[in-house]
Amino acid sequence: MTPNNLIIGFVPLLDCATLVAAVEKGFMAQEGLEVTLVRETSWANIRDRIVVGHFDAAQMLGPMTLASSLGIGHLTVPMVAPISLGLGGNAITVGAALWTQMKEHGAQLNGDPASQGQALKKVVMQRAEQDTPPLTFGMVYPFSCHNYELRYWLSASGIDPDHDVQLVVIPPPLLVDALREGQVDGFCVGEPWNSLAVEAGVGTIVATTNQIWRLSPEKVLGCRADWVKQHPQQTAGLIRAIYRAAQWCDQPENHAALATMLAKPRYIGAPVDVLQRALSCRLRLTSNSNPVDIPEFFVMHRQLATFPWASHALWFYSQMVRWKQCEYSQAALDVVRSTYRPDLYRSALLMIDESIPKTDYKTERAVQGRYVANDNKSGLTLSPEGFFDGRVFEPVDVEGYIKAFG
Amino acid sequence: MSDSSIRILIVDQNVTRAAVLEDGLREAGHTNVVVVRDMQNLLKRIVDAEPDVIFIDLENPNRDVLEQMFQVSRTVQRPIAMFVDKSDAGMTEAAVNAGVSTYVVDGLKKERIHSILELTISRFKAFNQLRTELDKTKQQLEERKLVDRAKGILMKERGMNEEQAYALLRKAAMNENLKLAQVAQSVITASKLLK
Repeated sequence: MTPNNLIIGFVPLLDCATLVAAVEKGFMAQEGLEVTLVRETSWANIRDRIVVGHFDAAQMLGPMTLASSLGIGHLTVPMVAPISLGLGGNAITVGAALWTQMKEHGAQLNGDPASQGQALKKVVMQRAEQDTPPLTFGMVYPFSCHNYELRYWLSASGIDPDHDVQLVVIPPPLLVDALREGQVDGFCVGEPWNSLAVEAGVGTIVATTNQIWRLSPEKVLGCRADWVKQHPQQTAGLIRAIYRAAQWCDQPENHAALATMLAKPRYIGAPVDVLQRALSCRLRLTSNSNPVDIPEFFVMHRQLATFPWASHALWFYSQMVRWKQCEYSQAALDVVRSTYRPDLYRSALLMIDESIPKTDYKTERAVQGRYVANDNKSGLTLSPEGFFDGRVFEPVDVEGYIKAFG
Repeated sequence: MSDSSIRILIVDQNVTRAAVLEDGLREAGHTNVVVVRDMQNLLKRIVDAEPDVIFIDLENPNRDVLEQMFQVSRTVQRPIAMFVDKSDAGMTEAAVNAGVSTYVVDGLKKERIHSILELTISRFKAFNQLRTELDKTKQQLEERKLVDRAKGILMKERGMNEEQAYALLRKAAMNENLKLAQVAQSVITASKLLK
């Protein structure tokens, strides 16, 4: 194998889109990279195969790269995330029985996450009073955005995710059946699995995660830190190819072609129309309803979607500590900061994009606020972003942020 | 070295491979072996089995379910951790290459399970090799059937004997730079179209 023949692992989820397009539309070849994409069945496999060198890079859950760098739950293998594979794309779906109960307590189709959460809280309380077993929610991996987003929403709604409900890991391809068979009452997962539950008539989408945290981070390209060090040119090539692919993917006129590409069995293997809807930020929330627009449900390039904000890594870490997956320490903060690498992103794209922020950190405000990237010469304004419950995340005070949760 | 007190759990949807591994472990004197094939309520079943060592195949999407155990292990009695550590990079690689992943209860001495791990890796390897060979044999058989059918067509349509028909197929394959089976398939398809 020459160093320009790369093997990249991916998982059949909507946000493998930029990787697939980078290969299929020739953006990798443009960088002189011959890339083979290998589909994987579990996140654990992605991690292990990166660790032993089967994969040069992989689509990874953002928090997974941190867990690996920190050595939580597995070997300590320093990872690097030099580019993000998009923002958002996840949703919370509940089964028919729970949806009926939530509606009895005021939940509405396409309601805001705060009132949906209040309705769920009432169901949870009622079940506790009646001594019914607690509700079970599925998510995909302990170190996942889905785990933290689901917990954030539950907790902000007054539901203790460790005591009032039960959280279990279920692989995405098994979630629809788990919901149908009542093994779980709901789940938080990336597309197309929410839509597939809706299409199968077994689920209703009650919240999308961009409604919980607007422009929230998701997958990244993950590589071993020593691989990046030994392959600076390939790393820069990957960043540029994925950046250009993301640009192509984000154009509405390309969504049909992209959906057709992703629908192939060797990639996601889901119906074209379901994929195309999600790419176009439209979702059918319950069976037989008309699809609705969910602005910025899944963003691949706009809004600096590919920029690997170090502050995103810090937020993930704050949740790892909050939910007792690890202890807080200054040393860990440094490891987290050095895993997300906006510097690599910047140097690879220096001549291509002038609007790249010069800062690595941004404050995640309450959703009412407006954020303008500081130090940004192009004066690019980002949409209002942040958390639905009005909390503000200041990356300079991670410890204070964690403590404020109590 | 065998240690019959060690409780071993095998999670594998491939019934034959699980049986091959189970037999191997029993032969080596490990009598405490449980095999889980049904993936329903995996977590509960594992907690109930109280294993010291867990083996799971890498094709199994339920690996991620297992990994959650390390996170919830504070609530179960016996914490479970990944066997591998820095000193065992070679062993991890051997296991991943063989297509199996290993988890071991925290605190269990590595020496005690070293032989179990080695045995598992070699059984997995042997099984996978066997499967590759079987696939190859099956494919060869399929190809031979195609060639036989194509020969039959040529013999009937062009009045050739078997040897001549075979020679013609081979010549066409060499000229077109194709596999014999591919040419045979073309002959079969063409003859169907011409019917």
